[in-house]
Amino acid sequence: MSEEPALIHGAPSALSHGQLVVFPERERYLEVAGELKDEGYDLCVDLTVVDYLLAIDRPCPEAVAPERFEVVVNLLSTAGRRRARLRVQVPESDPTLPSLFDLWPGCEAMEREAYDMFGIVFPGHPDLTRILMPDDWEGHPLRKDYPVGRIPVQFKEAPAPR
Amino acid sequence: MTDLTRETAEGAQEIRARSETSPVEEAIEEGVVLRGVKPGDDLDVEVADGETMIINMGPQHPSTHGVLRLMLELDGETVLRCKPIIGYLHTGMEKTGEDLTYLQGATNVTRMDYASPLNNELVFSLAVEELLEVEVPERAVWIRMLMSELNRMSSHLLFLATNGMDLGAISMMIYGFRDRESVLAFFEKVTGLRMNHNYIRPGGVAADLPDGWRDDVLGILDDLPAHLDEYDELLTGQPIWRQRTQGVGVITTEQALAVGATGPILRSTGVPWDLRRAMPYMHYDEVDFDVVVGTYGDTFDRYAIRLNEVRESIKIVRQVVDRIPPGDYRVQDKKVTPPPRARIDESMEALIHHFKIFTEGFKVPEGEVYVAIESPRGELGCYLVSDGSAKPYRLHIRAPSFVNLQTLPHMMRGGLVADGVAIISSVDPIMGEVDR
Repeated sequence: MSEEPALIHGAPSALSHGQLVVFPERERYLEVAGELKDEGYDLCVDLTVVDYLLAIDRPCPEAVAPERFEVVVNLLSTAGRRRARLRVQVPESDPTLPSLFDLWPGCEAMEREAYDMFGIVFPGHPDLTRILMPDDWEGHPLRKDYPVGRIPVQFKEAPAPR
Repeated sequence: MTDLTRETAEGAQEIRARSETSPVEEAIEEGVVLRGVKPGDDLDVEVADGETMIINMGPQHPSTHGVLRLMLELDGETVLRCKPIIGYLHTGMEKTGEDLTYLQGATNVTRMDYASPLNNELVFSLAVEELLEVEVPERAVWIRMLMSELNRMSSHLLFLATNGMDLGAISMMIYGFRDRESVLAFFEKVTGLRMNHNYIRPGGVAADLPDGWRDDVLGILDDLPAHLDEYDELLTGQPIWRQRTQGVGVITTEQALAVGATGPILRSTGVPWDLRRAMPYMHYDEVDFDVVVGTYGDTFDRYAIRLNEVRESIKIVRQVVDRIPPGDYRVQDKKVTPPPRARIDESMEALIHHFKIFTEGFKVPEGEVYVAIESPRGELGCYLVSDGSAKPYRLHIRAPSFVNLQTLPHMMRGGLVADGVAIISSVDPIMGEVDR
């Protein structure tokens, strides 16, 4: 990742393999996303999370304090034919991030998936329920500390472990 | 509550009575939460109090293309609300991907969108190569284009077949599968498998094209156009077909963009957005083809777009066949590519390389990258994070069907249940990639 001192809407940015990455603070996340939308990024292509529990010392711009979770939002401008990526740090102690639902309603399913798989809570989301796992599932499977291998059968009416 | 209801209930994920649903949630299910439309605005659907019924469509329903479950609120035969409930095919493929080396990773992603497996392998390989910063040989790039365009044809032919079947044109089902099979037969010859090929791998492709591939491809290309004209006659011009599809499941450009729909759904509203043209990857900027767009954003437009995209793919494949250069079919970097079989018998180093690549895998430099290609269903993206080891730290596939499914409430609202079948079919969701 090559460092670029430029600030984009007040947030530090960098180029990763030629792709524009913006690192807004959590408090200014909605503001920066809104400004990018006004700038022409009309399509929110993807929203996902990375759990950096095992790789906390990853390369980041100096102004950014790395946290355990990182929400990654990929935006696309169909008129300008360019992409931008938001990477927001979300601490383990308070895994919340405002919802993008009001800007791009299409984030609804993606934020539900992020909640389901990582337990990130999106205040402002209209219907934050599990989407891929059953409703009564315990834990968030894509977290790095989720036990893999022998796990109890969690489905309803399942026989008790012998 | 009967035992069966209790055992199968998904709790809060399901549609609930209006009295228990928040206004915004209700608005999503009615398909009106979009730019410019506020909850409570004109719904042009009369709701008769106490007369509505909430029913399940799927997951075990032949027209839901696998295990898609739709909960519908009906007033007679009119759909008032719709909510797709997914996850019945979830097998944790992104988690599995974190435990497979980069060489094994292609076998994992190829099983996501099982109707266009080569596109999934392609986007994963492109992402890995971006992180590795290796240059793939020209021959491999053109072979990849050949295979992914043939895959687009087979995927769209499958759509034509199932779309026809859903709307009662059973003969189309037989014809579509017949033509798809001719493409799959070629895939089997090249890769050894009809589906889930694991052919496109980081660094190139698994094997060179077999002898006589050119005649096989040209054979397919010679037969198909006449067949497509037959389908035009069978479906496109047929009054019953047009009545079942025209004006059904209409979506506007603003709605499609707001929910993030891509591919034929976005193009059916008149936006010529095709990544092959707009942000070319591989050598798509060097071939001549047209981006097919619709006008009305209805089921018929989406059908017509896919039918004509088969014709465009034929055009592309004809150009690609003439341009595949001689040379290597995978990168000659011994750290990424296993040595040829013959070298293993005579060279200790080759044996070691072979052993290391297949047990330990090759290490990929630390970094993160997002790569997107145009799959038959829309923008297929791969977000890959490497921590410098031989396995991805995080592998995320942006599945077009997953996002496109969100258009369903908007298209279904106010329509009939029977139109619902046509609409689901026209979105062309592949549940393997929705649930991953």
